Amino acid sequence: MVTAIRRRIGTVALHTLLVVGGLLMVFPFIWMLLTAFKGEGQMIQDPLSWIPDPWRASNFPDALDAMPFGRAYWNSFYIAAITVVVTLLTASMAAYAFSRIDFPFSRSLFVVFLLTQMVPTQVTLVPLYVMLSHFGWIDTHLALILPAIANPFAVFMMRQFVRAVPIELEEAARLDGANRWTIFTRIVLPNIKPGMAALGIIVFLGSWNSFIYPLIFLNSEDKFTVPMLLASFKGQHGGLDYGMLLAASTISVVPMLIAFVIGQRKIINSMAASGMGGR
Amino acid sequence: MTTSTLSRTTDTRRPTTEETSERRRSLRGRRRRERWWAALFLGPQLAFLLLFTLIPLGFAVVLAFMKWDGLGEKSWVGFDNFQTQLSDPTFRDAVLNTLTLGLITVPVGLALALLIAMALNNVRGKTFYRVVYFLPVVTSSVAVAVIWQMLLASGDLGMLNNTVHDWFGITLPDWLNDPDWVMVAIAAVTIWSSLGLNVVIFLAGLQSIPAHLTEVARIDGAGPLRIFRHVTLPLLSPTIFFSFVVAVISSFQAFDQIYVLVDPDHNEGARTIVYQVYDLGFKKFEFGASSAAALLLTLMTIVVTLVQFRAQKRFVHYES
Repeated sequence: MVTAIRRRIGTVALHTLLVVGGLLMVFPFIWMLLTAFKGEGQMIQDPLSWIPDPWRASNFPDALDAMPFGRAYWNSFYIAAITVVVTLLTASMAAYAFSRIDFPFSRSLFVVFLLTQMVPTQVTLVPLYVMLSHFGWIDTHLALILPAIANPFAVFMMRQFVRAVPIELEEAARLDGANRWTIFTRIVLPNIKPGMAALGIIVFLGSWNSFIYPLIFLNSEDKFTVPMLLASFKGQHGGLDYGMLLAASTISVVPMLIAFVIGQRKIINSMAASGMGGR
Repeated sequence: MTTSTLSRTTDTRRPTTEETSERRRSLRGRRRRERWWAALFLGPQLAFLLLFTLIPLGFAVVLAFMKWDGLGEKSWVGFDNFQTQLSDPTFRDAVLNTLTLGLITVPVGLALALLIAMALNNVRGKTFYRVVYFLPVVTSSVAVAVIWQMLLASGDLGMLNNTVHDWFGITLPDWLNDPDWVMVAIAAVTIWSSLGLNVVIFLAGLQSIPAHLTEVARIDGAGPLRIFRHVTLPLLSPTIFFSFVVAVISSFQAFDQIYVLVDPDHNEGARTIVYQVYDLGFKKFEFGASSAAALLLTLMTIVVTLVQFRAQKRFVHYES
């Protein structure tokens, strides 16, 4: 009886903790949504009212007119998509070489890959800027895509998955006369699909939310990615009209959140895997 | 299976002399072919790594010993850039601010994440809560900063200060403009936005702990605290260690949320090392000084990471 009551209290305490924490997580988003419908005067009312009165839906078309969000969505999407496809292919190829091909300096080369992960990306900001402007790639999307493809973490993560492919499958195919490339495309790739999906999600989110590279490498508004456009929107229109700024913020966030909720299981598990060192 | 057994039987047959030399030749040929395959498979990723990470890294090291504004003449200055940075109060403030951020976000963020993960582990509706806690993780840091800037603003605009003042009559600090409080605010926003990631990582770790281990401890009469201390914590320690290392590194590299949340040019309390790198490189165009600051950050990262790997032997329990 006593233990039952104690367990009951424990469960209530657990749920309270989770609910309070959950509210803290959701509340800023709800506040953003509500405030996106407020007019200028309603911001500085005292006492502050949560609910807009009147609701001003025009903030959304105004924000969309003020800056090219549609364009930014397309930019972010295709930059992330290309980065994902090329990273997945090249990283799993490298992972295959490291785990299945016997070649000189294999181990030391792998160590080099691991060590480059330790170097903060910020170190290469200035040299990359100099190099990219030398190639004439500043203010182009190549400046965002190409440097992002060099990804030792991706190689490391895919290596874990390639190593788990049964070697017998590969040996059987080799006896049938298949070469390395055939083995890679016909046997390895189909067997590491779950890993590629997980890595794809991680790389996609990283590219989508990246900020410092677009900030430094892009100048023209029509080339901006979604986060970059929002930051620039804040600089230009955010000083006065908070309703419109939060409408812009909503525009930049909500489609992503909907996509996340739809694919939540896969996305969360992939990100958890990244935190476990790739497995 | 049968094929591999077959090949093994042929292998054990004693070879004749011509066969040996032929095999040696074919072996050498095979090795050469293997090298070509390795080059083919490794080539693309290695080329990207060389061109966009290793060469720029080398270039950064060279630049750190130069004075250059990106356009005019380059000149060698030896260790001047490092000396200037190390004796510059803004750089030292940036290091202190960065460390302050790490000292708040890492322990508080990880402890909260562990607490929530443990709570979630024994509760129904896990999927729902995971989604809720993960929402900020998939939100861009720019949007996070835009929202929180207005929640934390001072005066009539700020939701938090305004509400607390109305309800309790307490005047809270001006979070984003007061140099003494700005890192606390930034730390809170950082914890808010990264909590969900650590929660799901710890939750995955907790679920990989075999249930019979905690069951055995319970039957032996261990209370929940003892089970946590002697069963859960040791088994989770590799996961905690990994998250710890990652959290420390990402606190050292804090930039995005700060750049949007506060302008460190107006509030020196918000200046981090990466902001210093950005400021020197892309606002003042002192490429050499910027590279030197970035290399000092690298050094700091490597030293702290190595210390952690040293220390892990005492705290982290690996199952063999």
